[in-house]
Amino acid sequence: MEAVLKTAFPFMVITAGVLIGFQMVLMIVAYTVLAERKVLGWMQGRVGPNRVGPWGVLQPFADLLKFIFKEDITPDKSTKFVYFLAPLVALTCALLPIVVYPFGPEITSVDWSFLPMGLGEGVKALPLTIARIDVGVLFVLGITSVGVYGIMLAGWSSNSKYSLMGGLRSSAQMISYELAMGASVIGVVLLAGTLDLGGIIRAQQQSTFRWFIIPQFIGFVVFLIAAFAETNRTPFDLPEAETELVAGFHTEYSALKFALFFMAEYVNMFTVSMMCTVLFLGGWYVPGLSHVFEVGSIPYAVVSHFAFIGKICAFLFLYIWVRGTLPRFRFDQLMNFGWKFLLPVALANVIVTIIVVFFLNR
Amino acid sequence: MVGTALFFLFAGFAIMCAISMVYHKNPLYSAISLVGVFISLSCIYITLAAPFIAAVQILIYAGAIMVLVVFVIMLLNLDDDSGPNRLKYLYTLGGGLGVVLLAQTFFIFYAVMRASNVPSDQTLSAGKTLTIGQAMYTEYLLPVEIVGILLLMAIIGSVMLARRLAQPQLEIVVERESELRNDEQ
Amino acid sequence: MEPSLASYLALSGILFTIGAVGVIFKRNALGMFMCIELMLNAVNLTFVAFSRYYGDTTGQLFVFMVMSVAAAEAAVGLGIIIAFFRNKQSIDVDEASILKN
Repeated sequence: MEAVLKTAFPFMVITAGVLIGFQMVLMIVAYTVLAERKVLGWMQGRVGPNRVGPWGVLQPFADLLKFIFKEDITPDKSTKFVYFLAPLVALTCALLPIVVYPFGPEITSVDWSFLPMGLGEGVKALPLTIARIDVGVLFVLGITSVGVYGIMLAGWSSNSKYSLMGGLRSSAQMISYELAMGASVIGVVLLAGTLDLGGIIRAQQQSTFRWFIIPQFIGFVVFLIAAFAETNRTPFDLPEAETELVAGFHTEYSALKFALFFMAEYVNMFTVSMMCTVLFLGGWYVPGLSHVFEVGSIPYAVVSHFAFIGKICAFLFLYIWVRGTLPRFRFDQLMNFGWKFLLPVALANVIVTIIVVFFLNR
Repeated sequence: MVGTALFFLFAGFAIMCAISMVYHKNPLYSAISLVGVFISLSCIYITLAAPFIAAVQILIYAGAIMVLVVFVIMLLNLDDDSGPNRLKYLYTLGGGLGVVLLAQTFFIFYAVMRASNVPSDQTLSAGKTLTIGQAMYTEYLLPVEIVGILLLMAIIGSVMLARRLAQPQLEIVVERESELRNDEQ
Repeated sequence: MEPSLASYLALSGILFTIGAVGVIFKRNALGMFMCIELMLNAVNLTFVAFSRYYGDTTGQLFVFMVMSVAAAEAAVGLGIIIAFFRNKQSIDVDEASILKN
């Protein structure tokens, strides 16, 4: 019994970590939707939702109930299996990258020997990461690129011309901007010398400028623009352009299937913001915090964690701000911008970084 | 124990997806099944302590190549595969080839099983990104350069292939034709 | 306990067989293309399995090369398929018989 428990204990801890992490992310995402409606309302001189609960804070739950009770329609002559699969793929691929991000520094000051049956034996540190893998950056990029399938399959299986147009547009857009995104990440990887996300944060602590946004400012801007395109947000929201394509790839979706797409879009915003924070803003690292609290103690971890969430929320606000400000691109402008401007700039940035790193390391 | 269970889970999924890829007439279903094969193979690579290859497998195969294939399927709006094959003897040939290859597989399986069991090397440095990168840019520099040139050639070649023939030339030909006809009349 | 080297080779052999049979049975160019990708992947699996069991990085490097070649092949192959479709309005390889007679 004891042996079984000892074997199963790490799995239980990881499962608990996954549940807590996903739950928190989904809560933040739900409130991002509310924040978007509120902030857009203020920008346009309106009030925004304020009926459900005080200042409308219960609005996300009301929306969820509404989604559940709507009628679930499947269009005639659609390929049922693919139609069903598409939203699942979209949300899964949006959520998966969360497991590799470090949400905070390791907690090393706690003595875990108080746990019963010797479960805490040999445990030195509690990492605030669900899975530490060697190739975190590649994993995140890979899963993000698999996420395109959700949108493409949705567009193809709906058997509607608006959906097909939306699916085609989005796949072309995502293939194009993925290149620029990957090229802008290379600069950071070159400076850090590792593909591990935790390692990148550690490299930023030891670097001269503390945050990679200073030496890699061009990479940061390219990444941010590509991130807007990858998440299909304004000014790159052509796949779901309301005024041209009704709603693009999810025109034919209703009820919970639509809710899954909706959630996938916002979770994608969150994970891309997280990637941007880790790569360019030092992740959970706050310069000078190690002088206030002891490294590895619980208050240090808590403050770092909230700093991390705060940086992500700043990016989420930027998304909403841009949506309230900029108009939409035309499709040929989008393609020209991606291939003829963004990609060359990103490649030039890579070349300059290679030269600088080469001479610094000599 | 866990390793074996995971292996049989992913291996079964890979084989099922591979069979469904060959079985389905609709190219989009084939493509989705193939993505299933790639993802399960990537999971097997992780159990083989090769995280870099697993990530690159997802990034290149599932994320780039198959997205392009699905994009082409949607762009051309392909229907189901055409009906009965005109070359009937291909079915016998294919079946025969399949039997031969399967027999070979089982022969290899038995031969390797009977041979002295190779102990798996537990030093996990082989799959690390650092080791792969060092090997790539020291010992295997020439193959990497050749692959780079190959990719450049592929880029140029695909641009040349996808380029539309200049339309004005066609119009000139048509005009000349009509002029000639007018002269004849 | 880990699965033995032989079981990886067996899986790779089965996948390769399915791919090879598929190339012969499929009539459309995209299907054949996908079957070839499956065969390449089966070979990659043997490389990675050997690399694991002999503790050598070379196998994984070869997998990387194979993937790059597959990517190049995809770019050119899909370009050819689109060009073919433009001429024939079909991607059935039986239609590619202009040189007959």
